[in-house]
Amino acid sequence: MTKTIRIDGDTIPFEEGQTIIEAATAAGIYIPHLCHHPEFTPHGSCKLCTVNVNGRNCSACTFPAMEGQEILNNSQELQADRQKITQMLFVEGNHFCPSCEKTGNCQLQAVAYHLNMLDSHFPHFYAHREVDASHAEVLIDHNRCIFCTLCVRASHEHDGKEVFAISGRGINKHLIVNAESGLLKDTNLEATDLAAHICPTGAILIKRTAYQVPIGERSYDHQHIDQVSLALVHTDEN
Amino acid sequence: MKTKIRIATTSLGGCFGCHMSLLDIDERLIPLAELIEFDRSPLTDIEHCTNCDIGLIEGGVCNSENVHVLREFRKNCKILVAVGACAITGGLPAMRNFIPLEECLAEAYIHDIGVENAQIPNDPELPLLLDKVRPLHEVVKVDYFLPGCPPSAEVFWTFLNDLIAGREPSLPYECVHYD
Repeated sequence: MTKTIRIDGDTIPFEEGQTIIEAATAAGIYIPHLCHHPEFTPHGSCKLCTVNVNGRNCSACTFPAMEGQEILNNSQELQADRQKITQMLFVEGNHFCPSCEKTGNCQLQAVAYHLNMLDSHFPHFYAHREVDASHAEVLIDHNRCIFCTLCVRASHEHDGKEVFAISGRGINKHLIVNAESGLLKDTNLEATDLAAHICPTGAILIKRTAYQVPIGERSYDHQHIDQVSLALVHTDEN
Repeated sequence: MKTKIRIATTSLGGCFGCHMSLLDIDERLIPLAELIEFDRSPLTDIEHCTNCDIGLIEGGVCNSENVHVLREFRKNCKILVAVGACAITGGLPAMRNFIPLEECLAEAYIHDIGVENAQIPNDPELPLLLDKVRPLHEVVKVDYFLPGCPPSAEVFWTFLNDLIAGREPSLPYECVHYD
């Protein structure tokens, strides 16, 4: 007999070993997320995928699906929590969308749109962060890093390199690269590496490609991130 | 005659792009003018606002005068609206927040190419710059936010119509942009 969980009242099947977000995605249910990527080991850091399982909140990207789970996903309370989390991500970094070339293709921005975030609510940190433009083809703008570690995981698990890591704790947490000089140009990163393309924000960008897709024709200009996200997963399966 | 809704507008640390976008509602300004009248605004040259229903403010808070104007709006407007990226996040002017103020001023008024009689302006009439550019909500309570750089004409039209009709304003997905 197929094992099932219930999400917002809908019964959906799952396979042993699947996380809640994997089971949900397979069933066409979107759970907001930023640090989760179906191809990589879950990290559970952004907390956007927080769902309520049998009365307790947990990250859907790390929590295994288990028989009999009663899960709340799209509740007003959770969406409000997710909006606050997104606002915290915005004020912690420096996310000036009007001057960012990732705008319209940015998952952080798209999640914020999806959650109908109209303001940043909290005081802005305006933290001083550097830009590393040393590499010939790839740029790091630390202002936009949300420490999701997708570049770290992609470099390690997919590219077979160790270009990126997160250093420091709490407010001093920051992205570092694997070079004594601390500069991207002295790492073995290549523009074709998945790690150079996987950033959900505009923190890691390929140079000279900024406006190849004009504003107005970008991923999230007309479509919610839930539609784009689920469509991508289903295309990958085909 | 039915009392018109009084609207005040101003630009603090802004570029007036949001005001231009408001004017982009084009011929719809005519039916809107039947329902509203402007109080203090660059469109009227009225210097101070009094008893307004709606205050629309673009731009972030960059200097001491901005703080005074913002407080005047809060005191005199029933509903205060932060309009555009700068009012909501500090925006482009807030990019100076990472550079010490003294260095910023020196760059513009002392070291910049072609500067003659180099000196940092210090006339007592000039409002003093704040250490950091701040969004409106860090200084006063803001009731509504219209994101965008600028918010499109459609945003203004939808928002004002909702508000004037007594509905809770709600922007469709395509109207919400931060850029």
